[in-house]
Amino acid sequence: MARRDTHIDWLMIVLYLFIVFFGWMNVYAASQMESNGEFFSLSTSYGRQLLWIGISLAAAFGIMFFNSYFFSAFAYPIYGLALLFLGGVLIVGQAVAGSKSWFVITESLKFQPSEFGKFATALVMAKFMGEKSFSFGGPGSTLFHFFDLPVKLSREGFFALALFFVPAALILLENDTGSTIAFAALFLVFYREGFTGLVLVYALLAVVLLISTVLVDKFIIIAVVLGIAALLALLLRRSRGLMALAILSGVVFSGYVYGTDYLINNVLQKHQRDRILVLVGKVKDPKGVEYNVNQSKIAIGSGGLVGKGYLEGTQTRYRFVPKQYTDFIFSAVGEEWGFLGASLLILAYIGLLSRIVLNAERQKSRFSRIYGYGVASILFAHITINIGMCIGLVPTIGIPLPMFSYGGSSLFSFTILIFTFIKLDSKRSAILS
Amino acid sequence: MNESENKKWIFIGMFAFVGIAFLAKLSVLQIFDPTYKQIANANAIRKLTQYPARGYILDRNGEVLVYNEVSYDLMVVPAELGAPLDTMALCGLADIDIADFRKNLQNIQDQVKARKLGKSTPSPVVKQMSKLEVATLEERMYEFPAFFLQPRILRRYPKPIAANILGYISEVDDKKLKEDPYYRPGDYIGNTGIEKSYEEVLRGKKGVKNIFVDNKGNPHGSYMNGQYDTASVAGQNLTSTLDILIQEYGEKLMAHKKGAIVAIEPESGEILAMVTAPSYDPNLLVGRGIRKNYGKLVMDHNLPLFNRAIMDGYPPGSTFKLLNAAIGLQLGVLTPATRYPCGGGFRVGGHVVGCHSHPGPPDLLFSIQTSCNSYYCAAFRDIVNHGRNTEEGYITWRKYITAFGLGTNFPDSDIPNVKSGLVPQTTFYDKWYGRGKWKPTTIISLGIGQGELKVNALQLANMTAALANGGWWITPHLGKKVDNESIRLFKRNETGINPEYIGIVKEGMQRVMTGGTGRGAQIPGVTSGGKTGTAQNPHGEDHSVFVCFAPADKPKIAVAVLVENAGFGATWAGPIASLMIEKYLFREVKRPDLEKRIMEGVLIKPDPASPTIKPSQL
Ligand SMILES: [Zn+2]
Repeated sequence: MARRDTHIDWLMIVLYLFIVFFGWMNVYAASQMESNGEFFSLSTSYGRQLLWIGISLAAAFGIMFFNSYFFSAFAYPIYGLALLFLGGVLIVGQAVAGSKSWFVITESLKFQPSEFGKFATALVMAKFMGEKSFSFGGPGSTLFHFFDLPVKLSREGFFALALFFVPAALILLENDTGSTIAFAALFLVFYREGFTGLVLVYALLAVVLLISTVLVDKFIIIAVVLGIAALLALLLRRSRGLMALAILSGVVFSGYVYGTDYLINNVLQKHQRDRILVLVGKVKDPKGVEYNVNQSKIAIGSGGLVGKGYLEGTQTRYRFVPKQYTDFIFSAVGEEWGFLGASLLILAYIGLLSRIVLNAERQKSRFSRIYGYGVASILFAHITINIGMCIGLVPTIGIPLPMFSYGGSSLFSFTILIFTFIKLDSKRSAILS
Repeated sequence: MNESENKKWIFIGMFAFVGIAFLAKLSVLQIFDPTYKQIANANAIRKLTQYPARGYILDRNGEVLVYNEVSYDLMVVPAELGAPLDTMALCGLADIDIADFRKNLQNIQDQVKARKLGKSTPSPVVKQMSKLEVATLEERMYEFPAFFLQPRILRRYPKPIAANILGYISEVDDKKLKEDPYYRPGDYIGNTGIEKSYEEVLRGKKGVKNIFVDNKGNPHGSYMNGQYDTASVAGQNLTSTLDILIQEYGEKLMAHKKGAIVAIEPESGEILAMVTAPSYDPNLLVGRGIRKNYGKLVMDHNLPLFNRAIMDGYPPGSTFKLLNAAIGLQLGVLTPATRYPCGGGFRVGGHVVGCHSHPGPPDLLFSIQTSCNSYYCAAFRDIVNHGRNTEEGYITWRKYITAFGLGTNFPDSDIPNVKSGLVPQTTFYDKWYGRGKWKPTTIISLGIGQGELKVNALQLANMTAALANGGWWITPHLGKKVDNESIRLFKRNETGINPEYIGIVKEGMQRVMTGGTGRGAQIPGVTSGGKTGTAQNPHGEDHSVFVCFAPADKPKIAVAVLVENAGFGATWAGPIASLMIEKYLFREVKRPDLEKRIMEGVLIKPDPASPTIKPSQL
């Protein structure tokens, strides 16, 4: 490992270790009532989590001894295996909380193939787009002209998108919102690699309009959308294509608003609709769908500036936050460590994400860079949704806080995901392909 | 740097944006909004109410009338009802009615479903089981983890007496909950009688213990080492004015009769005994049987839940003549020498108020002794005519009558729900006959205590005490001491009659006992003053009335007895009063034959379904 061409970025490792051990401390706080006196008992959640930390660290250590060409070389077989798992789970998997996304081996040993799918897809995207010749819109890739604008998509670009959408479709079929959104975050990588950012802008617009639709009368929104579209068309009148695009977008989004309104009121299942309504504050239901989030906010809010002290949080200690040591673990941090502790954790995560992106950009190897962006995108989605949910900014979506929540398969997967990048980064001066 | 590489700043910008949004929201939750801290405390800290023991009620000599016994409520925590419950076994261990049990449990579960009741809030399934009833169950409670036994306090009565006077406690109702923030749902409160009027003394003060609880409601030690806890303060004992000896004795005498006895210590206004018959064993309205027994008592046609001693009452009959004599003397209408003719009756228009045959015409003392109707018709006529007009004369007369406590409900007394009875105002007759259209002769029956008058045994006893005192009385009351502190709340009331005139009336009352209608009620070994009465009852046999005080020179006790449908006052009411006084003054009765005749006399048709007291139980 300590060869001359190896440069391990210790900052990423320190941040990883901080998150993992701080996570375990909080899992212990949230599950201490299970304690039977034995500290390392596997009958307790924190005991099992400690075992998984050991296993994960061993795996991380092992990865550092892998040949860094391994990941690039085996990207396709790993991807194939992932597709097999993702397909298989739809047939033989067991439903956990309404989502058919788990292989259940024993009650405490479960495996979620979507975790593996994210890793495999990040690898395969890196491998495929890592080819030097790869481009979404090279010469001869023009499909058609939209007025004066050429619409380009190369064959390899199309193929890259397909590598993403096939597992995405399988995960969507699992009916697990959290996994789907986390996986969808990989799309950000396409943006980095030259795919139009318009898609992301449209996706963001779609979310904003969705929330607006719940809050405001749909005809007001449609009027605003069409008004902005007309204004843009006027400003962009130099290009007939852009003008037409603005008008077309206005019309399509108007239809989207109308359709969304219909969807929310007529198609969405009640619990999905309730979650949206509660999040935007349209419905108050502190005992129902709002319950978990409310308890989480109470725990966090009661922590104050400096927190109640480790193991002193009444909400955490006496289990008032449902599912606290898994999805709502951030509420334990908020209660016992206060605003300062919670901010520190957020900074650690933002620091890790930024470090990964900055490191990715310094890779000589396109493979390493693209994979790095994949890792950052996946982590970013998890952190945003999980913490956002705990503090009431995002609807309740069951998704773990990376390396922090209780759960062995999740911790293990994130460890592999990150340490693979750390390994690749340590060989950043080498060119892999 | 190419364009693609610059995108890293867009990514980092995105991360920073999310991070800042999180910190902003966190600062609102944790620093700027204080409500979450309060809600968190409400979640994790439970205020356990510490119930104080309720004070005992004692008789005037310190004998216990009411004490406490621990009872147990079988509580359920709905959240812990998991495994199938062996209802048969559970009910079998404590002799619980299975149907009732199932119904109550279902009720609780329905309320939990409707979110009216917390899943972890313990609720009572079976209330108020005695220590004996739960003995077997207690040992095997561990078999039913969702259940536990909550000790509570139950009132107990060593003797089955004074039920209507002591009153009972029951769960506080919604109205009271709204009025008084002290009470919480499920608390017990004195509902009637002494339990009601001395509620604040007897209940003590609840304490609070703050403990940590988890999401299931399990306790986890005290909050802040009990810094915010308050200890409960035990209720104070109330020494009542009742004398258990004559209270019990009176109830025995009144067995199988309808009516009331009130005995008062004249100089203090203390009620020595208040008997209403028929009555019931107060232990019946305690614990599990309360609902069933209460239902039966309510249905009893003899109305055992009704306190006849303080009801609206009946015409006082001839006992009323005492007041007319006193008022006549006071107004100068009568002198001891005043005589009115009696030819067997008093003529009013074409109507005659009859009188029995006696030597005549009587003077004042003899008129009391022989209870001459004609004398008091004439006296009443002259009393009212003494005013400038009928209305003014009547108002003056009425002022004196009410000054004896008749027609009032003793508002400063500690006896709840006393009825005023009726001494009509002039407006009453104005409405009846028209203003200015009635004369003393129109309402002449008031002279002999009949007509529209309504008085109860408490008012008659008080009137007798006022006469015994020589013209004043202390508001009659039931409370004597709170712990060791005397209660001095009750005021002295003046009748406005010169003691000298009262003395003449008392002299007449003594003659009643020695040579008049009260001869059969004489008390061996002590001089006394009394007066018989018969309240006309248009619905059946007349009611028997007797008032009496003794010893004549220094009265220690004044008694009024009212026996419904018992005919002439001397037959039942007189002997009962006489026996009560003998028992009180000498602590024993040496007239077993009379005692036996009275106790075994049956004047009502008992309700066979009612759990009222049989004489043998006393
Ligand atoms: Zn006569």
